[in-house]
Amino acid sequence: MTLTQMQVQTTLDLSTDQDLVVVRDLKKYFPVRRGLLQRITAWVKAVDGASFTIRRGETLGLVGESGCGKTTVGRTILRLIEPTAGEVYFEGRNIFTLSKAELKTLRRDMQIIFQDPYSSLDPRMPVGASIAEGLAVHGIGTPKERFEMVVDLLRKVGLEDYHARRYPHEFSGGQRQRIVIARALALRPKFIVCDEPISALDVSIQAQIINLLKELQEEFKLTYLFIAHNLSVIEHVSDRVAVMYLGKIVELTSREELYRNPLHPYTQALLSAVPIPDPTLKRERILLKGDVPSPLNPPSGCRFHPRCPVATRYCAREEPPFVNIGTREREHWVACWRIM
Amino acid sequence: MQRDGRDILLDVRDLRTYFFTEDGVVKAVDGVSFHVRRGEILGLVGESGCGKSVTSLSIMRLITPPGRILGGQVLFDGIDLLKLPEPEMVRLRGSRISMIFQQPVSCLNPVFKVGDQIAEVFQVHEGVSRVEGWRRAVELLRMVGIPDPERRAHSYPHELSGGMAQRVMIAMALALGPELLIADEPTTALDVTIQAQILDLMRELQRRMHTAIILITHDMGIVAEMCDRVAVMYAGQIIEEADVQTIFTNPQHPYTRGLLGSIPVMGVVRPRLDTIPGTVPNLINLPPGCRFAPRCQARLEHQARLGNRCLEENPPLIHTGPGHQVRCWLYP
Repeated sequence: MTLTQMQVQTTLDLSTDQDLVVVRDLKKYFPVRRGLLQRITAWVKAVDGASFTIRRGETLGLVGESGCGKTTVGRTILRLIEPTAGEVYFEGRNIFTLSKAELKTLRRDMQIIFQDPYSSLDPRMPVGASIAEGLAVHGIGTPKERFEMVVDLLRKVGLEDYHARRYPHEFSGGQRQRIVIARALALRPKFIVCDEPISALDVSIQAQIINLLKELQEEFKLTYLFIAHNLSVIEHVSDRVAVMYLGKIVELTSREELYRNPLHPYTQALLSAVPIPDPTLKRERILLKGDVPSPLNPPSGCRFHPRCPVATRYCAREEPPFVNIGTREREHWVACWRIM
Repeated sequence: MQRDGRDILLDVRDLRTYFFTEDGVVKAVDGVSFHVRRGEILGLVGESGCGKSVTSLSIMRLITPPGRILGGQVLFDGIDLLKLPEPEMVRLRGSRISMIFQQPVSCLNPVFKVGDQIAEVFQVHEGVSRVEGWRRAVELLRMVGIPDPERRAHSYPHELSGGMAQRVMIAMALALGPELLIADEPTTALDVTIQAQILDLMRELQRRMHTAIILITHDMGIVAEMCDRVAVMYAGQIIEEADVQTIFTNPQHPYTRGLLGSIPVMGVVRPRLDTIPGTVPNLINLPPGCRFAPRCQARLEHQARLGNRCLEENPPLIHTGPGHQVRCWLYP
């Protein structure tokens, strides 16, 4: 059995009951068009073969620097953008082969919260109507019942009944993010992609929203894919964490394992770069050379090799497979030649 | 000028900068006093809209209408910058005090090569030739760790990554060896591995050139790693000031405590984060008493002793220990 087959096998095995979402070898390439005829001259490989699962009721943290493809992963697995290749199973059904009607039914179960609460809400619609919109689209309840549901949702996210009649500009950033969360909850979804849900908010407000998301997860048995660049936030919210670099997942394991025993040199550098609010702490920092290369023209072999402090000549030649070096129960997936 | 036995470089006293908008008067900076010693890094911390950026722009006298500096003193090496004639202020900016911002690319002129832009600093301030300016620009780019500086000097700003552009900005800011550098959220727009590079560079250059830095940030992690002293701002005022150890081990103002409790700390997993209820007040309609009072939990806990004082009277900034000042009725 080759390594790639082994990897596919493992994700499939697990996909039976525990997993809500199974992602297999997901790829999303964006075309670069040039010239008068807008011919495709190149491809940006935003996501280039990502495989992972999300278990029922857990929060999977997806962390990486800007341009690593984490947002594209979040949107592609909801089929908000069409994939180039790969499969995504939601409760055992491949969402890329579903018809439009089937997809619409499925959308009730899958929601997304974006980074910017200012542009996520229609400025000309009272927020109550925004929250009720999804209910109306899916033909749930009478207008009166829907209004009651909206009021109930507003209270759940820490707002007041009278807020339903107000417009988005009358709210602060934190309040708007609460409204967006209420709207995401309206259809009682099973799965929510949280794409940088707090990074546009002030520090003292971030904690309010993190706590709220955690409370709601418990109450509604929600499963989250939590996308963020802030490693401290990811540690705080996640059960398991996946680290992305240039379109690839380079490491995936439980939160405890990742933060205590990071194996991939990129994860190690990333963790050592986080400033820690403790002035007595003196840490040895792994400083990476240079910038993240462009996904338009990713390096050969392991994509991290030009910046990797421990790369060998072999790393430039061949791409490392993504393998589980832990056990089945305590998995630890990593893509690095130096680990194997 | 001496205080605490060390040389004071910048002494800001009772600075007031208001913005006269159609909706009313925004008291962005309302009686801010602090000082910076030679060669030290002072962290100016607070959330968006607390007045930390306006404070720094006021020091540089870069406030434009509808904003106006209404009062106070900005004593830089004993000279009040607010009274300095504009031509002298122009000479001072960039040579003795310089500034870097959050968005480095938008601070550079998009139609000139970065080498020319740095060279211009030397041409304008020191009257050197274009060739000599270019030579020194390349030298500076090398100093701030830009690989292949001879070639990079020919780049236009859009050809640089965010981290590279911030290195160029730092090179320009330090070109003339200023005594004070104001860095306004210099790494907020950058990725964490690039942020680590830039902070490392700033620290190294600060040590080598003995430049004092005012580091404006909202990230308490950066404060802990970089700063010697910290001033915490809230709604246009400084509410606590202390050395960096004290701020983290013995924060006294309820806002500082709340801020520290609300941030997730890597390696310390807690089931819940502490929160500060409510939101930052509108700077047009400020509460009459302490500006933090409407959100303050400590006020409710100590209501028996304090009564309604917090809601009626704004507390002064008082000393509670050596170099430790707090604006709160809980003290002394």
